[in-house]
Formats: sequence, structure tokens, C-alpha cells
Amino acid sequence: MTGRGEYAVNKRSERKMVEVKGLNMSFGSLEVLRDINLSVAEGEVVVIIGPSGSGKSTLLRCINFLEKSRLGEIYIDGRLVERKEKTINTMRQDVGMVFQHFNLFPHMTVLQNVIEGPTQVKGMSKGEAVQLAESLLAKVGLQDKRDEYPAMLSGGQKQRVAIARALAMQPQVMLFDEPTSALDPELVGEVLGVMKELAREGMTMLVVTHEMGFAREVADRVVFMDDTKIIEEGTPEELFNNPQNERTQAFLSKIF
Amino acid sequence: MPCTGFADGSAFFKGGLKVPYDFSIVVDKFPIFLPAAIETLKITGASLVFGIIVGLIAALGRISKFKLFYYPSTFYVTVIRGTPILLQLFIVYYGLANIIRLDPFPSAVIAFGTHNGAYIAEIFRGAIKSIDIGQTEAARSLGMTRFQAMRRIILPQALKRAVPPLGNQFIIATKDSSLASTIAVRELLLKSQQLGSSTFNTMEYLIIAGIYYLIMTTVLGYFVHRLERRLAISDRAG
Ligand SMILES: Nc1ncnc2c1ncn2[C@@H]1O[C@H](COP(=O)(O)OP(=O)(O)OP(=O)(O)O)[C@@H](O)[C@H]1O
Ligand SMILES: [Mg+2]
Repeated sequence: MTGRGEYAVNKRSERKMVEVKGLNMSFGSLEVLRDINLSVAEGEVVVIIGPSGSGKSTLLRCINFLEKSRLGEIYIDGRLVERKEKTINTMRQDVGMVFQHFNLFPHMTVLQNVIEGPTQVKGMSKGEAVQLAESLLAKVGLQDKRDEYPAMLSGGQKQRVAIARALAMQPQVMLFDEPTSALDPELVGEVLGVMKELAREGMTMLVVTHEMGFAREVADRVVFMDDTKIIEEGTPEELFNNPQNERTQAFLSKIF
Repeated sequence: MPCTGFADGSAFFKGGLKVPYDFSIVVDKFPIFLPAAIETLKITGASLVFGIIVGLIAALGRISKFKLFYYPSTFYVTVIRGTPILLQLFIVYYGLANIIRLDPFPSAVIAFGTHNGAYIAEIFRGAIKSIDIGQTEAARSLGMTRFQAMRRIILPQALKRAVPPLGNQFIIATKDSSLASTIAVRELLLKSQQLGSSTFNTMEYLIIAGIYYLIMTTVLGYFVHRLERRLAISDRAG
């Protein structure tokens, strides 16, 4: 419980980086999200927890329109994201996404993976992009892997490259969907370490994870989802130590 | 000197039949087939270039959500794969003659190109579909357009996966080009038939053509295999 204050410095911004209003989503007849309202302030770290199938991934994917919600609005940095291909593409430049299964581009080296976004999407010059990529790879501790192909890397290294690739777009928000769930236990720490560092630097983050230690230590706010809905949210202390809703209590009692 | 029997000099089978072939012809006449072999290569090469271009377009059509692109592509693939290649060749050469009289060579290239294109389309489509959806999602989440994601991320991986089945199709195309003999393209099979029927050494000349085909398909297979290995570099785990 000691760490939070440290991360919470400068996190009282009122500027809403992500705002989800009245989001409803279904796959065919299966309702997956029901009336979701959520906002993430600038520099804030929000962790979403909840049982499998509760809709956590779908919520993240709706935010950057990898899934098209049935109803509801998404605002990024105060701007409504219109459901137009062009607007969505522009918005995505500001919203980095890290996937459970990394999704690195296997036909490209680590460096090529990281410069792909800035050069192809932003039109950044190759030299500038390489410089940026090298500093990001140094940040995630992988500068010596720049010319390797993803197949040569461990899971933890792959995920750190994926984080660097997302950061290379210089996004305003980072979305993480269970970034450590596909990793061997001994590799989880190195990825969480990078994420903590990002949080410390003031990155706005929305993280789905089962790593309760990370949530306690780094989150400003924890959101509990169950069965298509946000059930409860609060600071880590509030949610973990004194959950109000019985579903939250049941979920937490199962994992602790 | 003519070789008319077994290596030990006996010229008869057990049943007492004289070996009716003169295999020295195979060696002696081998070089005069070279122009025909080049013709075979030209038809095959041209129809494959044609087929790859048409095939890639049709493959993108087959995965497109635009009906105006999807339906014609699907129609094309279905019709071509569902009818005989020889029929397609005759339609181009004889059938279209009332509208446009094409020479044998361009007829063969158009017919075989169209034919190969349908199969290549399905090879590309399968390869594109085999790429994990996460690749597209990662590309799109960086802000890439659909087209950029296809060109930069999906196609390079799909083309690599398409190499083995494409190599197979190239080998089939090489052999199928022999059908052009039916419309008098002066390729390998026609050459062997012409020489064979005028000299009665039909078998010997057919064998020459066969050896040329075998060399071409083997060399092609070798290069495809080498390309496969070169492309596998990025897959090799340390
Ligand atoms: N593409 C899809 N098509 C149909 N149903 C889907 C699809 N993706 C997810 N679902 C369903 O939507 C519901 C919510 O899924 P989601 O992946 O958002 O849950 P989650 O909270 O992320 O679960 P987990 O912790 O297992 O990752 C589940 O019932 C799931 O089966
Ligand atoms: Mg999930």
C-alpha cells in the first residue's frame, strides 16, 4: 500500500483523457456491455478487474473502435470520436494499445516494429523514428535486441517491444489488455516494471489485469466489472479493503 | 550406334519381343527441342505473371466486404475452377474467334493466365486468412488504414506463407502449358508429336519432351524450396 502516493503525484488533473458515455455492446444477441460510463483523467492510472467474460477486453476494444459498440459515445481528450473511418484512424494515433498476445509483426525486426507506426502513419522521417525507437527500446531495456526478429525473444521481451511500439506513436493514453497474462510467471515482473515506470512518468493508463499487486501499488482507481456492468469503483484501498458490493466482495474473496 | 536392346547386348525381351525403341534418338535429338522448350517457358512465364496479378486482385475481392468487388471475384474463381482448362483454352481460341481472332500464343497466355489466376487467388486468399487477426488489430491500433495494414503487415506475411502452394501451382502451370499444343503453339509437346508422327519414333520424342518438363519442374521446385528457406529467417528462434 506504500507506493500509491508516489505515483499519485501530479495526478489531480481535471482534464479527461478518456471518457466513455452510455456504452452498450452486444455480439449478436449476447449482451456484453451494458450502460458503461467511465472516465480516465490525464495522468491517471485506472485498473479494471473482474471475472472472465465480464466484458473487460471488449470495453478496451470499444474505446479504440476495434469493436464497434451498438450505442454510446467515446471522447478522447475531450473530443467526441465520430464513427468515421478517418476520425477513428486519427484517434488511434493518440491511443496506444498493448495486447495480451503481443501481436508483434513477425516479419520485422524489433526496430522495424517500433518505427513502423511513426514512419507509416505519422510520416516521420526514418532517421527521426530510429532515434525515437532507440530511446524507447532503451527505456524498456531492449536496446541490444533492436535487430532481432520477434521469434528470438522471450514473452517478456516481446511484450516490452510491444509497449515500445505503442509508445512510438507518442500517444496520450495507453490501453493494456492483460499484458502479463500470456507470460511465464518469472517474466511478469519485467513487464510490470516497465508499466510502473510509465505510470511514474505520468502516462494516462487504462489497464485490464489480474495482477492485484500492481493494481494496489500503481492504480489511482480500480474498477470492478462483472456480468457486462461496472459494479463498483474506488481507490485501491476502498475497493480492496472495504468493498461495498457483495459481488465485489465475492470476487475478491476468491482471489485473495 | 543405335541401342536396340539391353545393356548386355541382348535385343530381346523374355517373351521374345524385339525392343522396338531406338533410345539414341533421345540423346541425338535432345538439343533440337530447345526452341520448343523456350516456347513452353514463355507461355508458362507469361501466364503466371498474368495469373499472379489477376489472382491477387481476385483474392482481395474474395475477402472484400464491397459486394461489387466480392461477387465478380467469387464468380470468376467459381467458373474457372469449375470448368476444364482445355475448354477455357478453346473458348479463347475458337469461341472468341467471331469477335476477335487471337493468335495461338496470346490465346494460350490469356487462357492459362486466367486459369492460373483463379487458383492463385485461392492460394492468396487462404494465406491472407491464415494470418492472425491480432496482426490487423495491432496495425489498425497504430492508426494504419485498412489498406496500409494489408500492404505493410498482412500481405508480406501472407505472401511468405503462399510460397509453397504457389510453387506447386507454378509446377502445375508448367505441365498444363502442354495443352497449348492443341491450338498449334510450337511448344514441347507439339514438337514431339510432329517429329514422332513423321518418323514413327513417337516414344523417343515424347520422352525428350518429358525430360524437358522434368528438368523445368525440378529446377522450379529447387528454387521454391530455397526461397522458402530464405524467407524462414525471421521465424527462426534463437
Ligand atoms: N468476437 C466475439 N464474438 C462473440 N462473442 C464474443 C466475442 N468476443 C467476446 N465475446 C464474448 O463477450 C463476453 C465478454 O468478453 P470479454 O473478452 O470482453 O471478457 P473479459 O472480461 O475480457 O474476459 P477475460 O478475463 O477472460 O479476458 C464473453 O461472454 C465473450 O464470450
Ligand atoms: Mg479479456
